[in-house]
Amino acid sequence: MINISEVTETNKMIDKENLDVRTITMGISLLDCADSNLDVLCQKIYDKMTRLARNLVKTGEEISMEYGIPIVNKRISITPIALVGGTACKTPDDYVQIARTLDRVAAELGVNFIGGYSAIVSKGMTRSDELLIRSIPKALACTERICSSVNVGSTKTGINMDAVKLMGEIIRETAEMTKEKDSLGCAKLVVLCNAPDDNPFMAGAFHGVSEADAIINVGVSGPGVVKYALERIHGASFEVLCETIKRTAFKITRVGQLVAQEASRRLGVPFGIIDLSLAPTPAIGDSVAEILQEIGLEHPGAPGTTAALALLNDQVKKGGVMASSYVGGLSGAFIPVSEDQGMIDAVEAGALTLEKLEAMTCVCSVGLDMIAIPGDTPAATISGIIADESAIGMVNQKTTAVRIIPVIGKTVGDTVEFGGLLGYAPVMPVNRFSCEAFVNRGGRIPAPIHSFKN
Amino acid sequence: MNKTIITVVGKDTVGIIAKVCTYLAENNVNILDITQTIVQGYFNMMMIVDMEKTEKPFAQVVGELDEAGRELGVQIKCQREEIFDKMHRI
Repeated sequence: MINISEVTETNKMIDKENLDVRTITMGISLLDCADSNLDVLCQKIYDKMTRLARNLVKTGEEISMEYGIPIVNKRISITPIALVGGTACKTPDDYVQIARTLDRVAAELGVNFIGGYSAIVSKGMTRSDELLIRSIPKALACTERICSSVNVGSTKTGINMDAVKLMGEIIRETAEMTKEKDSLGCAKLVVLCNAPDDNPFMAGAFHGVSEADAIINVGVSGPGVVKYALERIHGASFEVLCETIKRTAFKITRVGQLVAQEASRRLGVPFGIIDLSLAPTPAIGDSVAEILQEIGLEHPGAPGTTAALALLNDQVKKGGVMASSYVGGLSGAFIPVSEDQGMIDAVEAGALTLEKLEAMTCVCSVGLDMIAIPGDTPAATISGIIADESAIGMVNQKTTAVRIIPVIGKTVGDTVEFGGLLGYAPVMPVNRFSCEAFVNRGGRIPAPIHSFKN
Repeated sequence: MNKTIITVVGKDTVGIIAKVCTYLAENNVNILDITQTIVQGYFNMMMIVDMEKTEKPFAQVVGELDEAGRELGVQIKCQREEIFDKMHRI
């Protein structure tokens, strides 16, 4: 029988240490909505999504109330739209009409984001992929709840450098089109390498073609819980440190597993995966950076940061894997700058640079995330940053991503306010030397030798 | 069996258990186990109850217990048992 100390421990995690389920994300396949008539296509998308996800928000709230655990976000991921809109869309503006339809669906269902305004172009771009990518700036400027992602490389295919070049330009254009809101559009756009098909977290969520018709994926969180657990063993050896993280991750993940199974049962949609990521928010005590500090770093960015993060990431997985029947998605610690107060402080203290963040992305998910850079950063430089991150992902057989925001009209020393969960960020300096000749070569970088396993 | 955990935390005062138990009895909720301690003047109680026979929806019980807690100046939570069971038992 459950005893009072166990009950108190769980409730303390929820009340004082920010334990929550970060998102219930329903993945919906839109492949069967394809139609050559754009209006019919949009109607089919609207009908299918509102039918399947009608009770998503309500069910999430009920589960939250009955178990006393906050479920912060209810979201939807969909089949990459470039695959669905191919026959109907002849211009980028046609795709924008789909984006508007999706935004309307999101508002009606009360979900805070729909992810999957996406194209998978890791080896090459089809005509429809390219049209979708070119529609991204306008689509993100005229919608509120749409997230877009483009997968430009993978370990098996190498890196599509034409797409990398194009995405540098698209990010700049998105920034320009949303400059009144501090280039907010770029906060909803991520460029990935090795993107998973079942990621429940935005902005990179989409419902891959390997997935069933509909699925429930859940992202757990709880950096605060890990931090407080580590405070209680302050200064202990690595053995104790690792064991504590593992045990805590197990407990957090079990809650996610429970919520996922309940959501799946009540909605009549199969359970997909639990994503084991530690996802911070701007709230104090809900920070991955604070865990790194508790491990023994004055600020993230100090020497030892990459090792500390590698350890944290690995122990979270070891604890989490045993707690869930299926693990997937990104499953690693997130290190977004603007969404984590400790990371913001580290940048402001001069401890954390873009280059150190890049090193950190080698050992955790997901990549350079929510980083504000000067508005005059050239497109080729952004492409160079994307190429570097993609190379890390490709060679290390992991997911990497770039979600950077060139904030139009702002430069190093300025601060950008995105609001809500997206937080605020100091504009970080970018290496000023050019990589234009490299980016302009055209073509693709071949897959690495260790991808040939057959 | 529909096991639910009710926790009461707050400053100790006369009649906390009486009020909670009266509410539960009126609503046909059976108490299976009670643990209670007072630490530094703070009242801390956990009840394991069976809600199988109550006719009220879960959300209503949660709301009414929360309201009763407010009147007593304590925090009353009502949560399904599985969250604790899953977290602390393999």
